[in-house]
Amino acid sequence: MSSIGTGRIVMGVEKLIASKMMLPGSNRRIHSVHRHSGMAVAGLAADGRQIVARTKSEATNYENVYGDQIPIKELAERVASYVHLCTLYWWLRPFGCGIILGGYDRDGPQLYMVEPSGVSYRYFGAAIGKGRQAAKTEIEKLKLSELTCRQGVIEVAKIIYGIHDEAKDKDFELEMSWVCDESNRQHQKVPDELLEEAKAAARAALEEMDAD
Amino acid sequence: MESNNAKPGLLCSPEASQSQRTLYPYVTGTSVVALKYKDGILMAADMGGSYGSTLRYKSVERMKPIGRHCLIGASGEISDFQEVLRYLDELTLNDNMCDDGNSLGPKEIHSYLTRVMYNRRNKFDPLWNSLVLGGVKNGQTYLGMVTMIGVNFEDNHVSTGFGNHLARPILRDEWHEDLSFEDGVKLLEKCMRVLLYRDRSAVNKLQIANITEEGVTISQPYSLRTFWGFSAFINPTPGAQ
Repeated sequence: MSSIGTGRIVMGVEKLIASKMMLPGSNRRIHSVHRHSGMAVAGLAADGRQIVARTKSEATNYENVYGDQIPIKELAERVASYVHLCTLYWWLRPFGCGIILGGYDRDGPQLYMVEPSGVSYRYFGAAIGKGRQAAKTEIEKLKLSELTCRQGVIEVAKIIYGIHDEAKDKDFELEMSWVCDESNRQHQKVPDELLEEAKAAARAALEEMDAD
Repeated sequence: MESNNAKPGLLCSPEASQSQRTLYPYVTGTSVVALKYKDGILMAADMGGSYGSTLRYKSVERMKPIGRHCLIGASGEISDFQEVLRYLDELTLNDNMCDDGNSLGPKEIHSYLTRVMYNRRNKFDPLWNSLVLGGVKNGQTYLGMVTMIGVNFEDNHVSTGFGNHLARPILRDEWHEDLSFEDGVKLLEKCMRVLLYRDRSAVNKLQIANITEEGVTISQPYSLRTFWGFSAFINPTPGAQ
């Protein structure tokens, strides 16, 4: 259940398929929060849904009051305060999920991660969920500033395929989204043909590794 | 509504003292004319915003694309049109965020606007506009209109404001199924020219918008050629006697 993000925001989620009866494409883990930003969730899905709903309402409210799209930094702060709130009172329990918030505002693409404690930092590459340690190591190997949007998509796919443990985990579905100049600075699902290309490249890279 | 704005308690609405209704429009746009043609919808509107009898703003875009499938044109109070655009923006944003492959088509948006306009009118707080909604989705073209009191209908050609009186007869005579793009534009220009001659709040700077399955294109503003070389203008005296 890992999510990864890089600059020129690309987000990918490894969705473990609980049952073969599930429709592919259902149980979205990456949600659009506004036109320019999206959020990937790792952890309890129901808690994630609550955070996404709150974030959507914060973003719309900001636009109604100030007439402009909410800056990602501001949005991250609001999400973090909300998550932190639930650690302050005995009658509330902390959220059981971490989120990665990626968006493109006038200061460029930005990536923030919010943990259940309410802590939020800005990252150039981040991972949450089960395989995050391995994923973080892989991301650190990449030269993030040199990757284009399309290359970023392929790299993220490779990392997710790489950390997926065939033996231990069940089958998984890859869900990816991006916010970059190519998507007109809107948060969208990665187009199907690019997603297929990324999956193929990732599988090929795996086979190369296995062949060694 | 057409009477004075004195003691709100005298009017029928119970919360009249709190509501800020549009009592009379301030900056208005004049007619919008639209028709269905072979590939989609053609819509024309001039770029004037009148402040009473003054033609104050001459670059007002009164037609806007909505989502991927629709085009909206408005006549009437410009600020209320901007409010309508805000409502539609919220609607399409929420629709986009669902990201499930569906998108709102012209029928749905027309339905939504009808409800908004009618409910506002019932609260004695209307959006002072006549809206023209056209679009193409899955090969089906749709053209409809909603007025400020909530009257709505769908037709092959619609027009608002003065266009109702001047453009409709022309469209009724000359519109037919499967107009080509050029014929559609010529027909719209004919209507707009008549409106330019006869409607005092029309300006000679118009845009024509075209929506097909592929998308929306709104033309650059341009002017129609007019003819004033009538003998009655050159030498008015014989006609006056």
